[in-house]
Amino acid sequence: MFDVAIIGAGVTGCAIARELSRYRVKACVIEKEEDVCCGTSKANSAIVHAGFDARPGSLKARFNVEGAKMMEALSRELDFPYKKNGSLVVCTEGQDRGILEELLRQGEENGVEGLRILEQEEVRKLEKNLSEDVICALYASEGAICCPFHLTIALGENAADNGVEFYFDTQVETIKKQEDHYEIHTKAAAGTKGSEIAGKEIRARAVVNAAGVYGDVINNMVSEHKLHITPRRGQYELLDKSTGDHVSHTIFQLPTKMGKGVLVTPTVHGNLLVGPTAEDIEDKEGTDTTAEGLRNLEQSGALSVKDLPLRQVITSFAGLRAHEEGGDFVIGEAEDARRFYNAAGIESPGLSSAPAIGAYLAKEIAKDLALEENPDFVGERKGILHPGDLSMEEQNEWIRKQPAYGRVICRCESVTEGEILDAITRTLGARSLDGVKRRTRAGMGRCQAGFCSPRVMELLEKTAGLSPLEVTKSGGESVIVFGQNKEI
Amino acid sequence: MEERQLTCIGCPMGCQLQVLMDGKEVQSVTGNTCKRGEIYARKEVTDPTRIVTTTVRVLGGAVPVVSCKTGADIPKDRIFDCCHQLRDLEVKAPVRMGDILLKDICGTGVDLVATSEAAARS
Amino acid sequence: MKQYDLVIVGGGPAGLAAAVAARDAGIRDILIIERDGRLGGILNQCIHNGFGLHTFQEELTGPEYAHRFIEQVQERGIEYKLNTMVMEIRKDKTVVAMNGDEGMFVIQAKAVILAMGCRERSRGALNLPGYRPAGIYSAGTAQRLVNMEGQMPGKRVVILGSGDIGLIMARRMTLEGAKVEVVAELMPYSGGLKRNIVQCLEDFHIPLKLSHTVVKIEGRKRVEAVTIAKVGPDRRPIPGTEERYECDTLLLSCGLIPENELSKGAGVELSGITGGPVVNDALETSVEGIFACGNVLHVHDLVDFVSGEAAKAGEYAARYIQKGDKREGRSILLRPMEGVRYTVPTFIRPQEMPEEVTVRFRVADVYRDCAVVTYAGDRQISRRRKKILAPGEMEQVVLKKEDLMEEGIEDITIRIEREA
Repeated sequence: MFDVAIIGAGVTGCAIARELSRYRVKACVIEKEEDVCCGTSKANSAIVHAGFDARPGSLKARFNVEGAKMMEALSRELDFPYKKNGSLVVCTEGQDRGILEELLRQGEENGVEGLRILEQEEVRKLEKNLSEDVICALYASEGAICCPFHLTIALGENAADNGVEFYFDTQVETIKKQEDHYEIHTKAAAGTKGSEIAGKEIRARAVVNAAGVYGDVINNMVSEHKLHITPRRGQYELLDKSTGDHVSHTIFQLPTKMGKGVLVTPTVHGNLLVGPTAEDIEDKEGTDTTAEGLRNLEQSGALSVKDLPLRQVITSFAGLRAHEEGGDFVIGEAEDARRFYNAAGIESPGLSSAPAIGAYLAKEIAKDLALEENPDFVGERKGILHPGDLSMEEQNEWIRKQPAYGRVICRCESVTEGEILDAITRTLGARSLDGVKRRTRAGMGRCQAGFCSPRVMELLEKTAGLSPLEVTKSGGESVIVFGQNKEI
Repeated sequence: MEERQLTCIGCPMGCQLQVLMDGKEVQSVTGNTCKRGEIYARKEVTDPTRIVTTTVRVLGGAVPVVSCKTGADIPKDRIFDCCHQLRDLEVKAPVRMGDILLKDICGTGVDLVATSEAAARS
Repeated sequence: MKQYDLVIVGGGPAGLAAAVAARDAGIRDILIIERDGRLGGILNQCIHNGFGLHTFQEELTGPEYAHRFIEQVQERGIEYKLNTMVMEIRKDKTVVAMNGDEGMFVIQAKAVILAMGCRERSRGALNLPGYRPAGIYSAGTAQRLVNMEGQMPGKRVVILGSGDIGLIMARRMTLEGAKVEVVAELMPYSGGLKRNIVQCLEDFHIPLKLSHTVVKIEGRKRVEAVTIAKVGPDRRPIPGTEERYECDTLLLSCGLIPENELSKGAGVELSGITGGPVVNDALETSVEGIFACGNVLHVHDLVDFVSGEAAKAGEYAARYIQKGDKREGRSILLRPMEGVRYTVPTFIRPQEMPEEVTVRFRVADVYRDCAVVTYAGDRQISRRRKKILAPGEMEQVVLKKEDLMEEGIEDITIRIEREA
């Protein structure tokens, strides 16, 4: 019997798991994909919002502001990239400046510090590549960017190191309420072998629903208070690192009835990111990009930032925000299902809110289950060493100890064999090319894995003990090769 | 009389050649711009041949496969037979460039020659 | 700090030929730095034949062609480091490199030759819409998997782009048991050699669809289907012309991009058209003593031309090391005009140039019955009739010193003119 079963290993599920591991608890995370960070958490704007967008009094406002305030300290504790670059909501010629003032007021009411409206001249000084049409902007000094992969992976890894069990390739089929616990029936996710619990019934005193776009499905298995989550697709384009300094702040457009608009932002790794679109779709797996969507986003991005170097696109992708009908996060124990906790409808600002949601729910659950503190909890976690960040002397020190740190595998991002080996062998290690990519950036550069994928495959074979036929891009049936020459 | 259509491979022009055949005899070649087109067409309709390049598995090698080629042209219609015969061929490392990996492939009289090296696994 | 007269970045066909020529021109102290575990570069995975007709007057496979040059390098005792990545090249010709045995180290060179080659345009850079499943590979990645690892990345294949690597891989996959459904090409003509179209596609009844592109990729984990559509003159898909192919693999052969990230770091000026450095008649970049050759300079279609160009770079670098820089003299700009997309080199120094300099260029479209005409200022200095010119084939004109010695020539233009 588990004390707690968390469904979903995205940023929210991992944050809850990590916070729960502060207590003496037998907890598990059940994930239908092969790794943490495979859904919405891997395909978003990578923004830590300051917190002025959400309506005062909403859960979004509360957790955003709290989460954003926690993020910097957390980035040091868990060693993931974070940068307080500040953000600008720009108002262009002909737009309603009143909306900007309303955002300022709203932000202040939400408790956001460092908000200020800047006039044209001041804005231009701050960002030389803003559109000529920009007349003023709301500046938020607390706006930040982070690496959502590393944040999620760090949370998951730290939770696992503190005793939380993770089961991948495992899909929840049914959840049944019993007298004092829940029975969760699982199966191997389509195309996978599943984990050791797949196909079995597991029991848990409490269940946490952190299932992203499937949050409604999970909730509706248990609660009569039905949720309805619409996947809201957001398409993005990522530009070459040579363009990362085109803007230094995160540039938002003035929100309209149509939504928050397209943002242009540097990433913590020095790329430029343009997106997202906002399209409500039916398919909870509909992460395909469309010609129309990409075209729209390029046109829209140009409204706030001039000379966008769109010829430097290195990849495009789409993520699905879990938009709940009510428009707010759904957080806390379901009214009609004791010890069934929702963290549902976590759309933007979900990434920013995750640390606060995790802390809040873990505390609630701990109180409810009367959990004791875990005296062995270690909150510090070291990320994967990237020798490229070190001085030449320090790098040579590492290479002397481990020559693998001197062998570059991914030339575009200068990722060494040492880093990839670390990514594969550490807690919740990578099992696929995408897993390695999210942990080390190997394959995330301008050649998009053209050169390094055969070499990363080789390392996965040797280190994770996989056969060539078992190496996948992203788990399940995403095999890279079908067999040896002349065999297929 | 039978007419065959070919694309000349002599240069980027890629002339569309019409070859008039009477049985196995070439009656005429038209559509070519230069003499090379005619020479190509006559050979291609009467005796089309190709060099085949492929790989063969290596046992105990530092690399899993070694590249190879037919030492000379083989008839075009024997290409797949040739590949089929190589399905189960495995050669022992070390392999040197120029080594003959298989003699008289598919009875064509042509040998299979290694075009790269495979050192023995250390 | 280690010192070398000449450091060559890249041990593929360009780097090898440059090293041999520089040694033969009298430079003793040469280092080739190669990131892979063997010399020869991409030739090692190009196991098909057709290399070397110009250089050796015989048809060789890629590894055999590379081997000839590797032997020459070894016979001359030229030093090279394998599994070594150049991390940085600086304007002062110091080179920072790294490997597992020596760690990171700095080398001071008198001259540097850039010979890093190119990379393939990726799915991301093409911005093809759809899902992002496994099974989408650049043709060169698939080539490496099949020819070097002996692993088959697909059973049913659609290929986008009819560049030579794509055509070669269509045949290669077919011979290993895969079914290649179709090759789609965005342009109304193929960029590949006629010989490859016939011997890699027609021999195996693989259809080539010109003026087509990929509009949809299906499959969440592995490619399940690819939809192509005809494109109009604006190269945009025409609705209603979609054709769906069930397949598990999409190979991309949609162009090569010179890899000049290191060059940029050294402050080398790049051409917006070729993506390679702007060079003078000595193949010297905008940074004194840094030379470039091969696919890092501009994408070639025949390796024989790479070797020829690289040998020149080796000679010129040797001359620079021996005699120092001669930049002060007159320099004439080469202007690509009507139909000519670019020229390499971009500048000619009449006093410094040898008796003849080969200028290589590509044309912008298919031209029939035309002439390649060269002018020094207003004066026509050469006119060569061509039955056909195509973007896929690199062209050249030879400039003679005697034509350029007269004072007052402001520019040299090369253009395509109609023949009467």
